[in-house]
Amino acid sequence: MNANHPDLKRMTPPKLSLGDRLYVPQVIAGLAVTARHMAGVVFGDSAITVQYPEDQHIPSPNYRGVHRLNKDESGRVKCVACMLCSTACPAHCIDIVGTTAPETELWGDREKYPASFVIDELRCIFCGMCEEACPVEAIELTGLYDLTGLSREQMIFDKTKLLSVFDLTKDAEPMRYGSPPSRPTSSTELVRDSI
Amino acid sequence: MWAIIGIVLKIGVVVGLMQGTVAYLILVERKVAAYAQDRIGPNRAGRHLTLPFGIKINLPFGLLQPIADGAKMVLKEDVVPTYVDKPLYILAPMIAIIAATLGFAVVPFGPVGPGQVMQFQIAPGVDIGIVYVFAIGSLAVYGVVLAGYASNNKYSFLGGLRSSAQLISYEVPLGMSILGMVLLAGSLDLGKIMAWQDQHVWGIVAQPIGFLLFLVSGFAETNRLPFDLPESEQELVGGFHTEYSAMKFGMFFLGEYMHVITVSYLTVILFLGGWDFPGLSVEQTGLLSAILKVLVTAGKVSFMIFLIMWIRWTLPRFRYDQLMDLAWKSLVPLALVNLVATAGIIQLIRG
Ligand code: SF4
Ligand code: SF4
Repeated sequence: MNANHPDLKRMTPPKLSLGDRLYVPQVIAGLAVTARHMAGVVFGDSAITVQYPEDQHIPSPNYRGVHRLNKDESGRVKCVACMLCSTACPAHCIDIVGTTAPETELWGDREKYPASFVIDELRCIFCGMCEEACPVEAIELTGLYDLTGLSREQMIFDKTKLLSVFDLTKDAEPMRYGSPPSRPTSSTELVRDSI
Repeated sequence: MWAIIGIVLKIGVVVGLMQGTVAYLILVERKVAAYAQDRIGPNRAGRHLTLPFGIKINLPFGLLQPIADGAKMVLKEDVVPTYVDKPLYILAPMIAIIAATLGFAVVPFGPVGPGQVMQFQIAPGVDIGIVYVFAIGSLAVYGVVLAGYASNNKYSFLGGLRSSAQLISYEVPLGMSILGMVLLAGSLDLGKIMAWQDQHVWGIVAQPIGFLLFLVSGFAETNRLPFDLPESEQELVGGFHTEYSAMKFGMFFLGEYMHVITVSYLTVILFLGGWDFPGLSVEQTGLLSAILKVLVTAGKVSFMIFLIMWIRWTLPRFRYDQLMDLAWKSLVPLALVNLVATAGIIQLIRG
C-alpha cells in the first residue's frame, strides 16, 4: 500500500479553538468537576469508601475467593477424586490423593473419594478453573476475601479445612441461596481456629 | 545581644511552625486527594485515644496521621544502594531542604516596615527581597539534579535532566512576571509591595497577566502537578528520588512542601494584597492590627495552598515538549509584552 492509496484515511489533529489553546477555560472547567466531587464528599455522602473492618464489603455473587469442598445431603464430601480440577489448575496448587471408597452403607454408591485434598491458597491465582472443571460441583470458590494467616503452613488448606469453609458459607452464599449473608463471615476466624 | 536572641527565637518559631505546617499539609493533601476521588482519606489515627490519667478523646479527620507518617519516615530502613555516588547522594536531600528553608528568610508573613510592633520577617529590611527568594529558590534545582546524578540510575538521571531544563526555563517567566508589580510599587522589597497594594489596588487587578504567569511558573518551580515531570511516578518511577528511602526521601518531600508554602506566600504578597483587607491599612501599627494582618495573610495563603492541591488533583501532567513549548513560546513572550506594556503605561501616567 503506497502513501496515496485511496483507502488510506488521513487523520488531522483536531483544531483547537483559541479558548482551548489558552488552557485557562479548560482548567477552570476541570476545577469545577473536582470541586463538585469534593463538595459531594464533604457536604453530602457521595464517598464510596467502605469502613472496613466495621463495615464489611459484600462481594458480587461471582466473586472468586477461598475454596470450599461441598458436602452432599448425607454429609459426605461430594468430590469423587477424578483429578480434573488439579489437571485444569494452571497454578498446580491442588494435590489430591484418591482412594477406593469403603464398602460401608454410607459409601456404597461411590467408587472413589479423596483421602487427602490439599490446596495451597498462596499459590492459587483464584482463576476458577477448578470450579469449572469439576463434573460434580464439588469444589467451589466462595465470597470470602479476607484470607490471612500467620505462616505459610496455615495457608495450605487440607480437606478438613476446606470442608469447614463449606459449613461456614453454606447459608451465606448468595449465589446458591439467593440471599445475602446475614452477617459477614471471615475466613480469618477459620484460620485462627485451626492453628 | 537581645536583638540576636530575638532573631534566633524568631527563626526557631518560624522554622518550627513551617515543619509542623508541612506535616499537616501532607494530611491536607491526602484529604483533598481523597475527596476529589470520592474517598474519605485517612480517618483512623487519633480515634479512641487514651491519654495519661485515663482521659479518652476522639480526634476526627485522622488528625494524628502526620505523627504516624513522620514516625514511619524516621523508623524506616535507610537504604543506601552500593552503586551511588555517596557524598552527593547524601548531600542532595540536604540541599533541597536547606534551600527551601532559606528561601523563606525574607518572606514577610505579616506587616513589616518602620514603626511596626514587630517585624514579621526573619531578615527584615533586605532591599533585594524578592531577588533573594528567586536566587535561593534556584539553588533547589541542585538538590534535584545532584540526586538524579548521584543515584546512578537511568530513571533518576532522566528526572534530574528534566528538572534542570524545566526549572531553568520557568525561571525566566517567573522572574519577568513579577517585574510588572516591582515597577508599579517601585521597590523590590516585599513589604513595600504590600504597602503599595494597600494604598492602590491588589496586584491581581493591576497585573492580571502577571498573576497568571507567576502562578503557572510557580507551579513549575515547585515541581507540582501538572509540572511534576522530574518525578512522574508513571514514566520515571519517582524520577530523581527513586533511590531514596526513609528520611532522605522525607527531606525531599518536606522541601517540596516548604516550596509550596513559599510560593503561596509570594503569590499572596505580590498579587493578593498580602495582609491587605478592608479595614486594615499601613498606618495601623498596633499589636492587634499586627495579629489580624498575620491571620489575614495566613488565611489567604491557606487558600492558595488549597488551590495548588486542588489543581494537582484536577490536571494531568504535561508532556515534555508541551512543557517546553508553554514556557518558551507562550509564557516568555507574554511576560515580555506584559512588561513592556506596564512600563509604557507607567511612563505615560507618571510622565
Ligand atoms: S482457582 Fe485456579 S489456581 Fe486456584 S485452585 Fe482453582 S484452578 Fe487452581
Ligand atoms: S473436586 Fe471435582 S474435579 Fe476435583 S477431584 Fe473432586 S470431583 Fe474431581
